[in-house]
Amino acid sequence: MYTPHTPEERRAMLEAIGVQRIEDLFSDVPAKYRYPKMNLPPAMTEMEVAEEMQGLADANLTVKDFVSFLGAGAYHHYVPAVVDHILRRGEFYTAYTPYQPEVSQGTLHAIFEFQSLMCALTGMEVANASMYDGATAVAEAVNMAYHVFRGKRPKAVLSAALHPQSLATVHTYYDASDREIVVPHADDPTADPMRLLDAVDERTSLVMVQYPDFFGRVYDFTALAEAVHAKGALFGVAVNPLALGLLKPPGDMGADIVTGEGQPLGIPLSFGGPYLGIFTTRKKYVRKMAGRIVGETVDTRGQRAYVLTLTAREQHIRRARATSNICTNNALMALAATVYLGLLGKDGLRRVAELNYHKAHYAAQRLAALEGYELAFPDTPFFNEFTLKTPLPVAEINRRLLDYGIFGGYDLSQDFPSLDRHMLVAVTEMNTKDEIDLLAAALDEIAREAAA
Amino acid sequence: MSWKVLPNLKYTKNDEWINPEDGTVGITDYAQAQLSDVVYVEITVSEGDEVQKGDIVATVESVKAAADVYAPVSGTVVAINDELADTPEVVNSDPYGDAWMVRLEIANPAELDELMDADAYQQYCEEREH
Repeated sequence: MYTPHTPEERRAMLEAIGVQRIEDLFSDVPAKYRYPKMNLPPAMTEMEVAEEMQGLADANLTVKDFVSFLGAGAYHHYVPAVVDHILRRGEFYTAYTPYQPEVSQGTLHAIFEFQSLMCALTGMEVANASMYDGATAVAEAVNMAYHVFRGKRPKAVLSAALHPQSLATVHTYYDASDREIVVPHADDPTADPMRLLDAVDERTSLVMVQYPDFFGRVYDFTALAEAVHAKGALFGVAVNPLALGLLKPPGDMGADIVTGEGQPLGIPLSFGGPYLGIFTTRKKYVRKMAGRIVGETVDTRGQRAYVLTLTAREQHIRRARATSNICTNNALMALAATVYLGLLGKDGLRRVAELNYHKAHYAAQRLAALEGYELAFPDTPFFNEFTLKTPLPVAEINRRLLDYGIFGGYDLSQDFPSLDRHMLVAVTEMNTKDEIDLLAAALDEIAREAAA
Repeated sequence: MSWKVLPNLKYTKNDEWINPEDGTVGITDYAQAQLSDVVYVEITVSEGDEVQKGDIVATVESVKAAADVYAPVSGTVVAINDELADTPEVVNSDPYGDAWMVRLEIANPAELDELMDADAYQQYCEEREH
């Protein structure tokens, strides 16, 4: 909503700067460009705008209307009311960058808590104040590893089982550079992670995997981490932080960099964003980590205080010598994750993770028992997402599922031609047993109707 | 404003000093004063590396700037000061002594003649302060 100044306020401001009319301020713009014709519709009242926006929003079917089994990097989880309650406080909602610690202790403290929580979750030693999203965090991991070796190891080896958008982002960042981005066995994306070692040599700075991977699979990467280290490279893992409520953290497997997409932690789906990039590493690499870092210190009165620290890493100081162009963080989303984790605590987070795990495993059992359907990776553990082989193309099944009020799982053939008739099914704490049973019944009916 | 300038050293326009006798390299008192409190020093070469005059040998980070340190002459790195990573503040307190950064085996002594002596450097500092 736009609430402009009054005519009196305008007159007072013009007088203060010694200008007659507002139009005089545009005198430097050539006359013929000064007032271009803008084909704007007539102004609407607040009421009319609200109605138009609501109409647009209502054109969407969302997880509020339909049962969803769609994941693939963004998941339908419950966002407790208290998250929004804290986020919407003006002190947080409209706060700008905390460059002045003397007026930003609330923001800085919250970010410090966020960083601490991310380290606790991932088993790593330092975290930054967040990045835009999980995809850019992966790109920054590639960047950081490159700079750890000062450009002497220009190759990054990335798993084909990383989220396709993470890989696409890495390519966007580096295709025009002299870095080598290698995704081995891209034609066989579900290959065993140990096969990544085929592409690792003394020119490799980083090997990066996802946990759980894009196909939902969970691996213990300890052996792979060891093998990567033996070749002198760093080992990176991109995580779903909710899974860490249940699974062994990558820090315990020997990871050097752990990134993540924090959307599952108290952030709604919001048609794709804003989401939350998580970035953590070992203390010995902290000076190569990009992004803001909040540190704890004491003020002149000996009181605990928080400040942005290690700022000589950042591009507003290093300028041309900076290793990354990031100069921001995602404070509000980081706060959402912090409130969510603070509310749930360690035990609560584990309970949510267990609900996800058990419901997904119940669903997998029910769906695998249906005729024409089977699990693609029956022997590999998974968290809350699994790949299901289907008797019909997934696009067709999902179209039919809409009639049952269900959003079906992700059609993997969109990204992987070799995975035709493979559906990525996500099940969260939001799916009831009845909904899962409905999905099973619907899939069964759809298959039978097609066979008939 | 006065800065310590040692008579036996040679100096570069980028405020590095080199000891012509043993090839030790660091940054000057003027440089540390400009940088303010040094918080981190990273030596970016290793023993055995060959450097050309002008190659970066170290990076110094202070609370307000990050500056590269360039090799004043060409040569081979024979030693680096490991302790600077733990005690970066000596760059401010003892720039010509404990804060030496690398030691070079000088490849071409004639390159030393291209550098400033103490008087020329002193004048150079004064010019910049105006």
